[in-house]
Amino acid sequence: MAINITSAGLATSIQDLGRPGYYHLGIPISGAMDRYAFRVANMLVGNKESEAVLETVFLGPELEFTEDALVAVTGAELPPKVDGESRETWTSFKIKAGQTLSFDYLRAGARAYIAVFGGIDVPVVLGSRSTYTLGALGGFQGRNLLAGDVLEIGQHSNIANRTVSVPSNLRRMPGTPATLRAIPGLYWHRLTEESGRQFFQDSWKVATEADRIGYRFQGGSSIQFVERQQPFGAGSDPSNIVDSCYPYGSIQVPSGVEPIVLHRDAVSGGGYFMLGTVISADMDLIGQLQPNMETQFKEIDLDTALNARKERKAMLNKARELLV
Amino acid sequence: MTARYSFGGDDHIFVEVDEQMSLDAFFKSLSITNAVRDSQIDGVTEICPANASYQIKYDPDLISPDDLLHELQELESTAMAAEPQLKTRVIDVPVFYDDPWTNETLMRFRERHQDPSGTDLDYAARINGFNSKEQFIQAHSGNPWFVTMVGFVAGLPFMYQMVDREHQIEVPKYLRPRTDTPKLTVGYGGCFSCIYSVRGAGGYQMFGITPMPIYDPDQKISYLEEFMVFFNPGDIVKFRPIDRATYDELVDSVESNSYQPKIENFDFSLNAFYGNIDQYNLNIRETLYGN
Repeated sequence: MAINITSAGLATSIQDLGRPGYYHLGIPISGAMDRYAFRVANMLVGNKESEAVLETVFLGPELEFTEDALVAVTGAELPPKVDGESRETWTSFKIKAGQTLSFDYLRAGARAYIAVFGGIDVPVVLGSRSTYTLGALGGFQGRNLLAGDVLEIGQHSNIANRTVSVPSNLRRMPGTPATLRAIPGLYWHRLTEESGRQFFQDSWKVATEADRIGYRFQGGSSIQFVERQQPFGAGSDPSNIVDSCYPYGSIQVPSGVEPIVLHRDAVSGGGYFMLGTVISADMDLIGQLQPNMETQFKEIDLDTALNARKERKAMLNKARELLV
Repeated sequence: MTARYSFGGDDHIFVEVDEQMSLDAFFKSLSITNAVRDSQIDGVTEICPANASYQIKYDPDLISPDDLLHELQELESTAMAAEPQLKTRVIDVPVFYDDPWTNETLMRFRERHQDPSGTDLDYAARINGFNSKEQFIQAHSGNPWFVTMVGFVAGLPFMYQMVDREHQIEVPKYLRPRTDTPKLTVGYGGCFSCIYSVRGAGGYQMFGITPMPIYDPDQKISYLEEFMVFFNPGDIVKFRPIDRATYDELVDSVESNSYQPKIENFDFSLNAFYGNIDQYNLNIRETLYGN
């Protein structure tokens, strides 16, 4: 016995860096939505960066430890408490056998990562410990955690009295309003020129339907389509295409009304056109968006996206230099 | 049919082989993705064929987007020069059409349907010009289907019927998606049939249910022990109508883990198929069931 879940929070699941290689069979990559915060959480407790952690959203769980542990909480500003006593986020701290880790209310962001030295030990399924709830696959019995569950901590050496912290310039969170950079493409030609411009000018708000599969946005203008005779097999709505794959981060707009950005537990394909794709460097930020948060999509080109990818990597390297 | 290439962000390349659905477009997508898999390009992490398009996910730190784009374009011309042939398998899928479970579900969501007065089968039969649902079931189960894509959710096959364009069945999706669909429902939307691998939301018309599991994340079902997903793009499926008694029998055999799907190997040739579709489909049925 190692961690008793006494309260599970809203939706707490076990995640790591996911299971690439099965998307062509409808099994998405899964894993931490905010992979930057995920990696740093593992660095803080001295784990390999790919070790499984708990991802919790909006409302934290309550965890009773039955052995000593070294813990860190990153990502959302969800302040941890040990037996009621406050601890810092983005900072490692020790928990003694018998103590309880709980959380104060959410101050900023959406998803917190709770890393434990040794990692959370559940069976590896198709190369990963990540939970994919839609397919009842991986993690703890293929589902989010429930009160009464007991988690094992993976094998580890003696716990060092390690208290390290990440400076604020190495904590990555979306701005206000949040900016998501995207490359137009895929079925971009289905939009009128005016409608394409409008999409990037409009101010959007995160809708309540926002989860690991995808984030829905509302408040902007409806899409205007270039008129055409719908191709055979595509369906009659102008937003329909012959069912295709969906890239991670792709932006689909069913019936032209509310954009949906697909995330780590994406449905792998379907019959809605997509107007472009949020760049890989900004996928982490989506995981930290709360409903109603103002969001702007920013049009960029491929070279700028590749630079943004390098910048994110450089930031991770700085965290490594400091912590590893 | 000229393929259209597009970057999906900085780590996907999306290729639309054709705007409209056809067996040619599917075959081209499958041939190119098979060639991509064989060439083991460094940095490629996902190779996903779809109905008339395909998608590659890659790590741009390992291969530049432009280099990968050129490699894919070269593989396209090589794949197109090859004979359209496929070593695949033919699979018998028993279906209890017009079953009580999908009927109960479709009644619950009737206000989301184009025709609230009848069932999905009645509606599909009527708009496709059939005189009865029995005739419609005959058309749906008579000729075989190609699995042209696996996805949406884990293990769900999209299937395209192996008949000429004028015999394709077409139905719209529900006006608004249902929040519930029984597991293993045989559905239909646009020109595609599907089998729902898990219970959940869905917008396809519901025609029946199969007793044969096609996804098992616990890998306890004997024929899913090796891998949890049953279908692959390129599989050929033949639906076989069954009645309630046979359905119950097969469910029992699934529960006692003695059920084995009927599967035969098959060498498919697209040109031979187009040469005489009726005769070719008869060969497929004979391969599966004997004379």
